Amino acid sequence: MHMLTIPASGGEGEGGFWATAAPIIPHPIEFLFSLVVFAGLFWVVAKKVVPRLEQIYAERTAAIEGGMARAEQAQAEAKAALDSYNAQLQDARGEANRIREDARAQGAQIVAEMRTQAQAEASRIVEAAQRQIEAERQSAVTSLRGEVGRLSTDLASRIVGESLQDEVRQKGIVERFLAELESGDIKPERVGGDV
Amino acid sequence: MSIIALGMEGGGDGFTAPDASIFWEPLIGEGATAITRPVFLMVIAGALVAWFLLATTKRRALVPSKGQMMTEGAYGLVRNSIAKDIIGSHEFLRFVPLLFTMFLLILVNNFFGVIPPFNYPTMSRIGFPVALALVIWVVFHVVGMKKHGFVGYWKSLVPSGLPGGMVPAIFILELITDLFTRPVTLGLRLFGNMFAGHILMALFISGGWYMLQAGGILPVAGAVTWAFAIVMTLFEMLVEFLQAYVFTLLSALYIAGAVADSH
Repeated sequence: MHMLTIPASGGEGEGGFWATAAPIIPHPIEFLFSLVVFAGLFWVVAKKVVPRLEQIYAERTAAIEGGMARAEQAQAEAKAALDSYNAQLQDARGEANRIREDARAQGAQIVAEMRTQAQAEASRIVEAAQRQIEAERQSAVTSLRGEVGRLSTDLASRIVGESLQDEVRQKGIVERFLAELESGDIKPERVGGDV
Repeated sequence: MSIIALGMEGGGDGFTAPDASIFWEPLIGEGATAITRPVFLMVIAGALVAWFLLATTKRRALVPSKGQMMTEGAYGLVRNSIAKDIIGSHEFLRFVPLLFTMFLLILVNNFFGVIPPFNYPTMSRIGFPVALALVIWVVFHVVGMKKHGFVGYWKSLVPSGLPGGMVPAIFILELITDLFTRPVTLGLRLFGNMFAGHILMALFISGGWYMLQAGGILPVAGAVTWAFAIVMTLFEMLVEFLQAYVFTLLSALYIAGAVADSH
């Protein structure tokens, strides 16, 4: 820094020296003020500005980390909620299946019952009808038997005269004839070609 | 510079190109004790930076305002991109105030070169950058000696594992670098860039103005020169930022070298 002394001694009184001096010769007052202003600003920056900025950095880092922790917690909560929803959904699905199975079983049971009832009803109707038919057939046979007997005796009496008017004998002949007819001893072909 | 000036003198009637004397602007007093215009600029820059930093960090908002964002941006650049990356996360924090102050003071003083009504890059007067380089020089030697001890610091200049014969030569080279080359180049680089940029802009603007007033075809050349002056101004702004950045970066490098475990 001995350079400083050269212009200082050479420049005294002239004033013109500094106007024409080589630009790499430092001016003492400028040099001094550079140091002074730097020192002042450094003091402000070191004492006030940097601590404040570092505090902002720290607070922001803490805020960000806190935010991340909160986000993680929220994520965990969301996952738990999702799990419980899934479990509930699983339960609901199982219950729905069970209900459906029950309904199907009940339906099948109902159908079976109905079928049984219907079959019972049908067989009852068939039975009643058969019984009725039988009864009607019985009564028809009975009335036919009387009719056939009278017709036969009428016809026979026309052919052989009045000798067969005896009630008892006539009845005995007819009964015998009919019994022979039912037992199959007399073939329908013998009676006539119109049977 | 003189060739251009001579050419102009041949074509017109007496254009004198700006020279180093345009930087001499004493406001109070004379000679070596004069308080010059750049001294005021330095004081204004310091006050401006201090006021801005205090005002924008006062509220300490987590969601920053525009001003706080600017301060934080500059601070982040110096703190993380320069100090932390170069000095290392162990020790960088105690050098951040120094580097941050350096960066902002140089940056604002440099930008005064293109901001009216200042229009004067303070660092184009060598007294200012040399003083700041001296601060860095003292700091990196002191922290180095504190870390390694007085003898240990000088020993650490020579890389270990060198053949015995080379040690003295390397030591002298490193000594010159450490004591002389680094501080001088640190100051001169900043000074030279600001000085040259300012004198070039002064030449473009005053030369253009001279040609605009001249007759014939010269006003056209003057207009082109002024267009170039605008481009130069933008370029100068880039240089002003870069020089502030480079000064801070190299300061961090020197400090990092001094506090490193081995050179």
